Amino acid sequence: MQTEQKTTSKKLATNVLSTEILIIGGGTAGCYAAYILGQRSDYHVLIVEKANIRRSGCLAAGVNALNAYITDGHTPQDYVDYAKRDAYGIAREDLLLSMSGRLNEVTAELERLGLVIQKNEDGSYAARGWRNIKINGENIKPLLAKAASAQPNVTVLNHINITDYLLEDGTVRGAYGFDVNAPVFYEIHAKAVLIATGGASGLYRPNNPGFSRHKLWYPPFNTGAGYAMGILAGAEMTTFEMRFIALRCKDTIAPVGTIAQGISASQWNAREEEYEDRYDRTTSGRLYGTVMENREGRGPCFLKTAGISKEQETDLYKAYLNMAPSQTLKWLEDECGPSGKNVEIEGTEPYIVGGHTASGYWVDENRQTTLRGLFAAGDVAGGCPQKYVTGALAEAEIAAEAMMRYFSEDAYKIRTNARVFRALNNTTAAEGQERSKQQEQDTVACSNAYRNFSFENLSEDSCEKKQEYEAYLSKSHTVIDIDQAEEAMQAIMDQYAGGIRTDYRYNETGLREADRRIRLLQEEIPSLRAETMYDLLRIYELRERLVVCRTLLAHMAARKETRWHGFAENTDYPRTDPQFETYVNSRYRDGQIEIIYRDIKTGEEREKP
Amino acid sequence: MSIRIDAENCAGCGRCVEACPGNLLKVGVDGKAFIRQERDCWGCASCLKECPFGAIQYYLGADIGGRGAVLSVKKEKSVLCWQVTDAHQNCQEILVDSREANRY
Repeated sequence: MQTEQKTTSKKLATNVLSTEILIIGGGTAGCYAAYILGQRSDYHVLIVEKANIRRSGCLAAGVNALNAYITDGHTPQDYVDYAKRDAYGIAREDLLLSMSGRLNEVTAELERLGLVIQKNEDGSYAARGWRNIKINGENIKPLLAKAASAQPNVTVLNHINITDYLLEDGTVRGAYGFDVNAPVFYEIHAKAVLIATGGASGLYRPNNPGFSRHKLWYPPFNTGAGYAMGILAGAEMTTFEMRFIALRCKDTIAPVGTIAQGISASQWNAREEEYEDRYDRTTSGRLYGTVMENREGRGPCFLKTAGISKEQETDLYKAYLNMAPSQTLKWLEDECGPSGKNVEIEGTEPYIVGGHTASGYWVDENRQTTLRGLFAAGDVAGGCPQKYVTGALAEAEIAAEAMMRYFSEDAYKIRTNARVFRALNNTTAAEGQERSKQQEQDTVACSNAYRNFSFENLSEDSCEKKQEYEAYLSKSHTVIDIDQAEEAMQAIMDQYAGGIRTDYRYNETGLREADRRIRLLQEEIPSLRAETMYDLLRIYELRERLVVCRTLLAHMAARKETRWHGFAENTDYPRTDPQFETYVNSRYRDGQIEIIYRDIKTGEEREKP
Repeated sequence: MSIRIDAENCAGCGRCVEACPGNLLKVGVDGKAFIRQERDCWGCASCLKECPFGAIQYYLGADIGGRGAVLSVKKEKSVLCWQVTDAHQNCQEILVDSREANRY
């Protein structure tokens, strides 16, 4: 078997870039924001993506339904009411409404971009429920990536990992990162930044921690980078304690909605009793029911599929090949498909993901974060649960429009920087010079290619960041390796912070112990060794996850109630407390996580419940 | 679950490297693609679909029920032709036309 060649260079070359709008993360939201900015403006847009935008992010495998769509006879307000109910009141109506109002419009745009949507005879979209429609979404990500790349003012940098924001007087003015495949440090300057890195997986021990450790619901490559960068820069975060736990097909962690909604299969326990009616009919309630049936000895639990026709079975095989091929392979390996045997279901480990629950950056209606110059869209943005694919697109469009307005604000002027920056490419430099005179002055001179930047031209922060990366590459030995450190983190979270092992239950004593152990692990990070640039990526992914873990633990401890049975069981406070119908927000300052409680209606800061 | 790359059929074109959402694939010094760590694969099957030579096979780990069967796919115009071959070389084919939307 081949292995990767070690990085021989312990020193990194430097690449300094300048753009107008920097999009960090070329997934669903990132690509769509770039597409919109391409269609409606001529600002220079740079997407920086740690993998390759063609298939990166949540949509890599494809999807076979759009779960946020307003069908005939319903209104955007219906969707707001549904999402708020499902979140047991902890969701921002303003954000939900501005998102819901655009769901159908972005769906139509997706169709124009080439997405195949199933139609009824009258030409309307075929619905799977009142708020979702059926599609063939195997190629949905390549379609979005193509739409973004095709814009003349959009440049894509693949395989560059961003680790920190570049801050000037508290304003986000760019980012630092490195090439995942080559020893190159990146300093990127921008006038506005959109963070679209998705949510966080891999914080908790997964269902199958051995060979299939990455068989997760959410991409194992979405590490919460955007959350961590925001936390470290002092951005306000919201509702991390509303973790998302997916109810999935056992082992393959494939979606259940296609079976549950597609063929109306109900949830059955081992006694062949339908158990859904015994619990709340919410996303967390369906999970809670399954957890409780198992705990009380009535598991395993299933989706009742036995008895469906062979034709339905073949259609399910095809549907899963389009989004979760492991499930079709599993049925064939079992020599028994869903027509012969019910499909077993289980809960996954917890995730932090703003597209399903409400965790993420605290943003205003424009999706601007509490850090000036920084906007957020998709799973990284908080307060707006149940956004799914189309909601992420809607948010991307809202953020793109807001960034365009941000540029037109008179009060905003980018400080001309005396340093010389390398142009992205000659075309963008040439285009830049054609801009208005003011912009010409503002746009930093960008004509020469400076691949190997000398140290004297880098700022102090930049030098520090570069040296930080180089330190990992220069280590001759390491006490613990990256894999061990990641497993340790997942074991701590699983045991003490409501993972699978405890049926998602936790208490304050356990949370304190988790925080103590996570802090000890954080102290180990500087001792880790990177033999390749890919190792460096993994070290930073671990660093990001540990930062997210600490904020998550602080949020869980601050919500002294149990609101979302299934998603979180606080055994010190097992009941819902109306006093906690409030946002739990946080801000990291001087190494401490401050908790901020905000009024559910006004968003104003309030006293501790 | 993970993937295997058949070195004989791999032309080293790098399409799979572009397709992988996890930075897991690389083309080695011998001009053949390889996966950095098999157990880091998410199982999205992007690389299978992008490989023009059908050189990539997908399998389930034994911990989630794998028994030696492999999944491969070839693209013929708009049709994805999925093939499952079990450990006894029994082969089954499932065709999915991307112009048609799924029924579920």
